[in-house]
Amino acid sequence: MYYIDPHIHMVSRTTDDYETLAKMGCVAVSEPAFWAGYDRGSVDGFRDYFEQLTSFEPKRAGAYGIQHYTWLCINAKEAENVALAREVIALIPEFLDRPGVLGIGEIGLNKNTRNEAIVFLEHVDLAMKTDEQILIHTPHLEDKYQGTRMILDMLCDDSRISRERVLIDHVEEHTVRHVLEEGFWAGMTLYPVSKCTPARAANMVEMYGPDRLLVNSAGDWGPSKPTAVPDFILEMRRRGHPESLIRRVVCENPLAFFGQSRGFVFQPPDAAERVEI
Amino acid sequence: MQPVAVFDQEFLPLRAKLLEIAAALDRFDRSDVLGGREPRAAKIRVAIEALLASGGDRAEQLQLVFSRPYEEDWRERMQMTNIE
Repeated sequence: MYYIDPHIHMVSRTTDDYETLAKMGCVAVSEPAFWAGYDRGSVDGFRDYFEQLTSFEPKRAGAYGIQHYTWLCINAKEAENVALAREVIALIPEFLDRPGVLGIGEIGLNKNTRNEAIVFLEHVDLAMKTDEQILIHTPHLEDKYQGTRMILDMLCDDSRISRERVLIDHVEEHTVRHVLEEGFWAGMTLYPVSKCTPARAANMVEMYGPDRLLVNSAGDWGPSKPTAVPDFILEMRRRGHPESLIRRVVCENPLAFFGQSRGFVFQPPDAAERVEI
Repeated sequence: MQPVAVFDQEFLPLRAKLLEIAAALDRFDRSDVLGGREPRAAKIRVAIEALLASGGDRAEQLQLVFSRPYEEDWRERMQMTNIE
């Protein structure tokens, strides 16, 4: 079975990780723009980052047969500098028509502040004006519930938004229902300590069904496991779930969500075999 | 999957996790953290009590124990009601 990791920060990972992902069946990754671990000092820092995301990473991934897609934004952790955030938001349209760009993301909240909410809304406005899909980060730990509810409030206030074109990531047991009930896609992030485990993700699939649910590793520069999606696949198999259900979550759902973006051109690895058939 | 098979699969890992919790609580006792002023200790107690509840949503309830509450009036508090 091949799979897609819909949220992983490969700029923080080694080329060896690309090789490992390919060996484990990963055929495509989607990489949202995120916090580098420090606040960038200028809009030019973001220009260089967007260049890396749209030119270098696709080549590095392609060397291992992995198709690389990306999302652009300034992360919520840097949104307290509203002036810089506005410069970055003004820069983003220069990159939106590059191959592999799927939309605006990962935008969201971090500490649920007013400035974060303002910058979030301005990103959403850009996405609506440019007809882009949106990928959303939700806060960590004790801030997640309030932050997710605030994000849902802001999204549901905007009648321009097509909810099936928005993915809200890092859902856990207390937020997944709210996201799905409002008609958005939900992503479960498999992180060693602070987010979700493969077993808990499998529980949520059992409780809510596979519709509009995705699983990702969110592998980055911190403690994280880029091969977490195969861990989820193994957990689902251990529980006796059919391959069709697993494939739905780790492959068909990402294809369905990304397929709504004009920047998504996917080449199935078995395309040649299908033609012969 | 048959109920017994589910139990077979979960029993030993669950036993191990419970022992981990018991050992961590013993460590807290040695440092007197649960009897002291540490506010997170109260949340630990509430969370452990929630494990004994029924209803099939223990994980969700535990998450809420460790979460800040949702404040419906956040827009007013942040003076964001006029921001489009």
